Amino acid sequence: MKKFLIYPAAISSLLLFSAATAHAEDYVITLKDHQFSPKELHIPAGQKIKVTVKNMDSTPAEFESHDLNREKIISANSEAIIFVGPVDAGSYHYFDEFHPDAQGSIVAK
Amino acid sequence: MLATLLIVFREVIEAGLIVGIVLAATRAVPARGLWVGYGIASGIAGAYVVAVFASSISAAMEGVGQELFNVAILLAAVVMLTWHNVWMARHGHQIAMQMKSVGEAVAAGRRSLAALAIVVGIAVLREGSEIVLFLYGIALSGSDTAVTMATGGLLGLILGVALGAVTYFGLLRISNRYLFTVTGWLIALLAAGMASQAVAFLEQAQIVTSFTQIVWDTSGFISDGSMMGKVLHTLIGYTARPTGMQFIVYLATLAGIFTLMRLFGHAPQRHKTVTSITT
Repeated sequence: MKKFLIYPAAISSLLLFSAATAHAEDYVITLKDHQFSPKELHIPAGQKIKVTVKNMDSTPAEFESHDLNREKIISANSEAIIFVGPVDAGSYHYFDEFHPDAQGSIVAK
Repeated sequence: MLATLLIVFREVIEAGLIVGIVLAATRAVPARGLWVGYGIASGIAGAYVVAVFASSISAAMEGVGQELFNVAILLAAVVMLTWHNVWMARHGHQIAMQMKSVGEAVAAGRRSLAALAIVVGIAVLREGSEIVLFLYGIALSGSDTAVTMATGGLLGLILGVALGAVTYFGLLRISNRYLFTVTGWLIALLAAGMASQAVAFLEQAQIVTSFTQIVWDTSGFISDGSMMGKVLHTLIGYTARPTGMQFIVYLATLAGIFTLMRLFGHAPQRHKTVTSITT
């Protein structure tokens, strides 16, 4: 359980990292009426990027992407940060597990 | 209704399989049903609490609270599963030989049961909190009437329980001689899978940043989204696109568990010392 001691250190270095990359472009995906927009988010391949997923609906959602190994619950009317990459060029599918018809993809070039 | 059924069933698969394996692994340990019952009940209670505080958990720790929460409970489950296997390596033989009246074994058995009850509780809590949020969302949006929603959810739950029952009775068909060897492997694989899933959350939170390249892609063969993928994910930690670190931690956890079982697995057997030397 000693491993937990590294978290504060890891998190503070994470903060430094975020501060250092604050200039990088921020990407936003919006979920509204159980529809993601944009349907296709274009990002550069081979780079680490930060995507803010905004849930504008009054119901919780679970952002899930098997292609990107990501799953995160996003409460109603709130937002969450999903770090993506660095990934190879290609199209990465994602969906809302609670409303599987809501789908989209992140396209890396 | 079918959508609700499928989503609830997918969430219950993991808990169902784990309860089935735990019940088989603790066969012949007294009062195991009661302990597993405690685990399920506290898991359900915990699921509601986690669902209610979902926003606060997510917002905690600079936005990675949800990931760290998952990591913490997954690692707790890994420790409990390891503990159980080490305990079984010590006392499984006595149980298999119907020597369960041995006082020490019964007392230690309770501790091991408590460990497994915690594992059951954690599985129910993780999946249950998602079910609570999902059903809450449906209830809010009114896209489904309350009755069909409840029916779908209930059917999904029943299917999950049925899967647990099939697992349990399937394992009981294994002869006593091999049962604990099989459940020992199943539990070790469960633990390794959970450790690798914890790594995925650490990668998602950007705390683990080394060896995050995907080492293989079998999504064309069995996708993570399929039922088979979900079942294998629980049983052996299958993921179609594991990262290097996930793979390393998976193997390290298995190696760690079997090493601990070897190191601490041999109970001091006062009466058997002589015979065990000669055999």
